[in-house]
Amino acid sequence: MQKLGDFKLPHFFNYPPYFTLQPVRETREKQVQLWKELILDYCRTQKIFVIGLEEEFPLFSNSVIERTLSHEAREAFLSALISEGRAEWLDKGHRRCLILWHRIQDWADIILNFVKDNGFEDSVMTVEEIRSGIESRGTELHGIDRTILMRALKLLEQKGKLAIFKGTSADDEGVKFSV
Amino acid sequence: MADFFSKAEVTSSGRPVLLRSEVECHLLSSVDIESEDNHHFYPLKSGLLILTTHRLLWLPSSSSSSTSSAAAIPLHAISHIFSTKKSLKSMFHSPRIRFQVLVSPDGRLFDPASGSGSSSGSGSKSIVLTAVVRGKGDCDGFLGKLWESWRARAWECNETSGSGSGSGSGTGTSTATSGGLYSSDGSVRMVGVAGILRKEQEMWESTDKSLQDAFQDLNALMSKAKEMVMLAEKMRQKLLSGSSSQTSGANDEDMGSKEEMQDWLLSVGIISPVTKESAGALYHQQLSRQLADFVRTPLQRAGGMINLIDAYCLFNRARGTELISPDDMLQACSLWEKFDVPVMLRKFDSGVMVIQNKSHSDEEVFARIKGLVTKPEALRSGISPSDAAITLGIAPAMAKEHLLTAESKGLLCRDISPDGFRFYINLFPEIDPRDVYLLK
Repeated sequence: MQKLGDFKLPHFFNYPPYFTLQPVRETREKQVQLWKELILDYCRTQKIFVIGLEEEFPLFSNSVIERTLSHEAREAFLSALISEGRAEWLDKGHRRCLILWHRIQDWADIILNFVKDNGFEDSVMTVEEIRSGIESRGTELHGIDRTILMRALKLLEQKGKLAIFKGTSADDEGVKFSV
Repeated sequence: MADFFSKAEVTSSGRPVLLRSEVECHLLSSVDIESEDNHHFYPLKSGLLILTTHRLLWLPSSSSSSTSSAAAIPLHAISHIFSTKKSLKSMFHSPRIRFQVLVSPDGRLFDPASGSGSSSGSGSKSIVLTAVVRGKGDCDGFLGKLWESWRARAWECNETSGSGSGSGSGTGTSTATSGGLYSSDGSVRMVGVAGILRKEQEMWESTDKSLQDAFQDLNALMSKAKEMVMLAEKMRQKLLSGSSSQTSGANDEDMGSKEEMQDWLLSVGIISPVTKESAGALYHQQLSRQLADFVRTPLQRAGGMINLIDAYCLFNRARGTELISPDDMLQACSLWEKFDVPVMLRKFDSGVMVIQNKSHSDEEVFARIKGLVTKPEALRSGISPSDAAITLGIAPAMAKEHLLTAESKGLLCRDISPDGFRFYINLFPEIDPRDVYLLK
């Protein structure tokens, strides 16, 4: 079985037409579906949150069959993810794409569970502690992208589950939970 | 009564089959042919009247009754042509052409080809036929051309030249069989190897001179055209018979490959191109039918489908002079829908236009493509348009159109890479997203 790092690649990864954007509608729909799932799977297991369109992304090339996705193809598949709410462009030039292999709502639920599991219902923590503190190790929150974390926290703030406040330095934001 | 006229042969596209060296001169549509006493035949109604150097042909149009078949009046049988008298009455009538034809004792039209004796007409009757021109054609022009053709007596030249060409091809061998130094007309007889070589030499010199004369004067070219075609025919025969004469070895090198020569000769095929002059308003119709006839041979060689542009070039090359414009070509092809011809024009999604046989089946082509693309080699690395071209026996451009059509039907999918444009069998429908990891 072919691997990319420790990620198990599906067998159709070696099918050359998979790397050419198909013009026929039905074929294209199937191709897009397969790529969407592959991208999400890969990002989830490798904990990748951002894809740069102009950078080399290992998933978009297959050196065994010597094929690489064109820029147009990459944009097409990422746009499909965006339409589904599983990705967002980070810039107007569409060069960097945020991948939501968990939706923001899912992340919010994960944070709530993390809070309940560790008894932080009334505690105060810095944002940085949430993503890299000892308690986060072994959970999905560990190493989470800051942008995504802030979005999830803001969502929870709207629901009244916490309050975000600025700390002593510019990037030292904190959270007061009231779960 | 139905057998009064001579039979005229017609091709599957409705064009008349011309005799050797017969050339069309003029056309009129919606013509009735009647005899003045109406005793000899049922009147022929509303057909196409074609004047050639040898005959008057009447073809039934698709709207006239199916009981009439194509009829021919050899010009040889015409004994007199009446000039039109312009009167007050004639201004309100459809124009008429009246001529007198010889009738054989058994009540049929005199036909010199049927071997019924000399044309001196001793004791045979004659009747007057009238061609009533109800269409919009140029009746006076037609009449003028009828006079010219009738006076030119092209059928007599045919008989003499026919015997002339027979003796011409036997030059190499005839001299060897007869003995004696002098031939019957007193010239020195060519004998032996030197004689044969000398004869060949003379033939080449006269060919050369013939070519030079032709190119000096365009009018002379038109009359030489017939000689040119005969010459081309002779050379073709020579090539086909292989290297039987001693000098053919050197000649083959001069002329290039046999295949090239044959292709060139094939394109010098049509003696009588349909022209705007002779067909008038029916130009596109007749052109359309002639094109349908012409295109059948190239179609066969190209495997049933030929690019419209290629067909255009081939057709114009065969016509030689009186070239048609691309617009004429397109119109001619579009008219095929209205007739019952075995070919059709087809436009692919990519915009490429081709001529194909009506009998051509896309399904059959797809089946062959599927067979090709499921071979082990193709499963691994796909097929290119060239591979398909070889298997299907057609041009690569045509093959690509077929592959694209198969792709649009979901049979194939494409792979574009620095290696080029290739096609694979479409496996996407087979892939189950929930079962992607094959554990072997």
